[in-house]
Amino acid sequence: MTAHTKGSGLKWVGRAMRRVEDPALVQGQGRFTADLPATHWVRFVRSTNAAGTIKFIGKPDGAMVVTAADLKGVKPITPMLHKFAYRPVAQAILADGQVRYVGEAVAAVVAASEEEAEDIADLVEIDIEQATPVIDARDALKDGAPQLHAVAPGNVILEGKVKTAGFDAVWASAAQVIKIDARSHRQNATPMEARAAHAAYDTASGRVTLTCTTQMPHLMRTAIADVLGMPESDLRVIAPDVGGGFGQKMSLCAEYVVLVWLARKLKSSVGWTEDRRENLIASFHSRDQYITLEGAFDENAKLVALRADVISNVGAYSCFPTTSGVEPLMAMAEMPGPYDVQQYQCLARGVLTNTCTMAAYRGVSRPIITFTLERLMDKAASAFALDPIDIRRRNLIDKFPYTSAMGLVYDEATYKETLDMAVKAIDVPAFRARQKAARDLGRYLGIGFATFSERTGYGSPAFAARGMEITPGWETVHITVDPSGFVEARIGSSPHGQGLRTTLAQIIADEIGVTPDVIKVIHGDTDTAPYGWGTFASRSLVISGGATLIAAQKVRAKLVKIASHLLEAAPGDIVLENGAAKVAGTDRSITVAKMAREAYTQTHKFKGEIEPGLTESGTYDPPGTFSNACHVAIVEVDIETGHTRVDKFVVAEDAGRIINPMIADGQVVGGIAQGIGNALLEEIIYDDGGGILTANLADYMPPTAHEMPPIELHHIETPSTESITKAKGLGEGGCIGAPAAIINAINDALSPFGVQIDEMPATPQRVRAALRASNSAHSRASGNPGA
Amino acid sequence: MSDKSDITLTINGRNHAVTVEPRRTLADAIREDCGQTGTHIGCEHGICGACTVIVDGEPVRSCLMFAVQAAGKKIRTVEGLAQDNKLHPMQQAFMNHHGLQCGFCTPGFLMLAVGVLEREPNISDDDLLDVLSSNLCRCTGYQGIIKAVRAAAEEMRK
Repeated sequence: MTAHTKGSGLKWVGRAMRRVEDPALVQGQGRFTADLPATHWVRFVRSTNAAGTIKFIGKPDGAMVVTAADLKGVKPITPMLHKFAYRPVAQAILADGQVRYVGEAVAAVVAASEEEAEDIADLVEIDIEQATPVIDARDALKDGAPQLHAVAPGNVILEGKVKTAGFDAVWASAAQVIKIDARSHRQNATPMEARAAHAAYDTASGRVTLTCTTQMPHLMRTAIADVLGMPESDLRVIAPDVGGGFGQKMSLCAEYVVLVWLARKLKSSVGWTEDRRENLIASFHSRDQYITLEGAFDENAKLVALRADVISNVGAYSCFPTTSGVEPLMAMAEMPGPYDVQQYQCLARGVLTNTCTMAAYRGVSRPIITFTLERLMDKAASAFALDPIDIRRRNLIDKFPYTSAMGLVYDEATYKETLDMAVKAIDVPAFRARQKAARDLGRYLGIGFATFSERTGYGSPAFAARGMEITPGWETVHITVDPSGFVEARIGSSPHGQGLRTTLAQIIADEIGVTPDVIKVIHGDTDTAPYGWGTFASRSLVISGGATLIAAQKVRAKLVKIASHLLEAAPGDIVLENGAAKVAGTDRSITVAKMAREAYTQTHKFKGEIEPGLTESGTYDPPGTFSNACHVAIVEVDIETGHTRVDKFVVAEDAGRIINPMIADGQVVGGIAQGIGNALLEEIIYDDGGGILTANLADYMPPTAHEMPPIELHHIETPSTESITKAKGLGEGGCIGAPAAIINAINDALSPFGVQIDEMPATPQRVRAALRASNSAHSRASGNPGA
Repeated sequence: MSDKSDITLTINGRNHAVTVEPRRTLADAIREDCGQTGTHIGCEHGICGACTVIVDGEPVRSCLMFAVQAAGKKIRTVEGLAQDNKLHPMQQAFMNHHGLQCGFCTPGFLMLAVGVLEREPNISDDDLLDVLSSNLCRCTGYQGIIKAVRAAAEEMRK
């Protein structure tokens, strides 16, 4: 059920308009990177050792095999932060001397077909003198642990620290301190399209066109040109149709650098398509964290101080452009979440290990910090003998703007209202009755809540706070009405499934009074789209949408001016609607198409008062806003097998003004599916030697349709004052709240056993282990070993 | 691997004479030898179903079938769903019910659902959910896909 609280009358914004992206995609006419033919194909030979020194690389006779020795002059990837004692760890494009994780690319085989390249790769001999790897972040922090990089002693790549002025006094006066030791295991964003790249050299111009599956084409261009020491103008980067990203495709891949280098060397076209095993072991990982969180409460169960210790396993190298600060620093900045708590202390460390490099994955840290904080709230509720809903209501922020202990300014949101809405929708008393009846039959149902804030649409000041050498943030949009009267919007964002071509057309249509079918949104090509940062961090609808609105307002102003000239009326009397400008109260009008034609071909009529052409530009760089939601899960846990089934899921969310309800709901539901995977199923597992045990989709398990419960969505629309379209972002919320709600529900279901599960994913093995531990504890306590 | 075979693949009613190694998968042959890139490859080990096509009326994972095994059989891919510029009801339903976001898994889901519904037009909702669980989608959370396939099933029964 969907119940949007506001309609939008006759406007396009607010309509569940069908997507303009879809007709091509449902007919197999999408154009993905791997669809391109190439003259040469690459297969990467990857390290099978987690740590060691390369002694020898044996190349089959006559084969083209590129190694680090061939890449002299190519710079390593060295992302940089200027804060938080960040250590500039460098990653050679192909392993140079050392290997640091299983899956690290050591050599690139080039052949006439993918099959031939794979056959040759099997014959490449790599002799590595093994060293002892360190896989777990806590182990990597121990004295005497193997050291990954000389530049980062103790394996600490960065250390964020914060402590508010009054912390110690408030902490000392607390009535109770509640502690959670949370563990989030490692995950892979797993877009259905794995990585792929195609680099083609143009002999006439000397330029290379790199087509690749990326979320940020302009930044790929800047970064690859830097690393290869070539002018950016000699490189064109195209992000064609991209088969999902979820953050995994917003970092620079060393493999793409190799492709461009090869295209220039061979003066030809070169293709690479990653297989699923490579994606699971060697594309970017995420979410591998330990968080110890303590909450100090006063006698009324009001949270008065929060203390966190975050250990984020960042893998072997640092990702570009965000750096491996992306997870620990996000955790530090946003740990207090939706709760009013002004005293805060945090230590957040990024720790290097012999594992695949960590990068962003939808939600970035917030699924973990929300999980930890919401476990803390449930544990505190229990300690104070309160209902989980009651303790949240006592602590949620309800006065705006609210400035957090970290100095973040929360704009108006509906934390309490969405909690109330979700609680009402799920009917808690009826559930408790069902739960009791089920328990009497030996079945274990549970309910779990998660309330959270989702910081979205933040511009350059927010990224600058991290001290990033590369500070993203703003977006630019160019809108042109061409001489035929059709509209083109060229955007720096790079959508890949979010439906931005549809939602931006809706915004433009309302502003300049035309229908969306005459509007084309163009993106993903550095030759035709303005510089921009791409699509990530729930930012595109807010920031690119804002830039679109600004540009459209300018187009509108120019159309009014043109109409005023051509219709000989005062600008204030001009009304733009239904594809025409009209003089209010008269029958005089002129179509947008006619005005556009005149703007190019009859400029003498404007007597120098209006510039020729009809192109306007908008740039937007907002401070950021906060969406919010309450998620409620009802689960049933089979105590014999440890299996959890999610029976029902309710969301009450507020993402400001909704531009397209169908697309908004799709983002939330898709996020929840990933959250269910994160909560119950998905885990990258390393053995002690650094080998990956989950290298295919039968072992690493994204949810299927079977794992999805009925999902009920409820909306409140609180227009954001920090976003000129009034829209807040909502790309990540689904996966931020779901793990917390589901694992809280598991804990509720198993409360008769005194079991506490503070680990995600809560796999059947972990649930069974917790139940066994509780049984044996119970047996010891009762002196009955047979129980 | 040099003993290649000359075979004919019949895709959407059109014959493609191709020369393939015995190890060539049907998925690769459809995409690279016949140029029909609407069929996508997501895992190459038969789990994700992105490469699903219909062979002699049955949905199959084209990454698990060799091209030589499909010689002489009727192969249908996403490119053949629309007829006379009219979308298949399944394609229309995916658009109406937001059954796709990035669109990478979509051709596989369309062929899976069409293949099953042609064989079993009155399939129960539960059985349909079982069938749809054989493919992976990472964007939609499946709700739009399930709605779309149920709506198209009704349309196809008319």
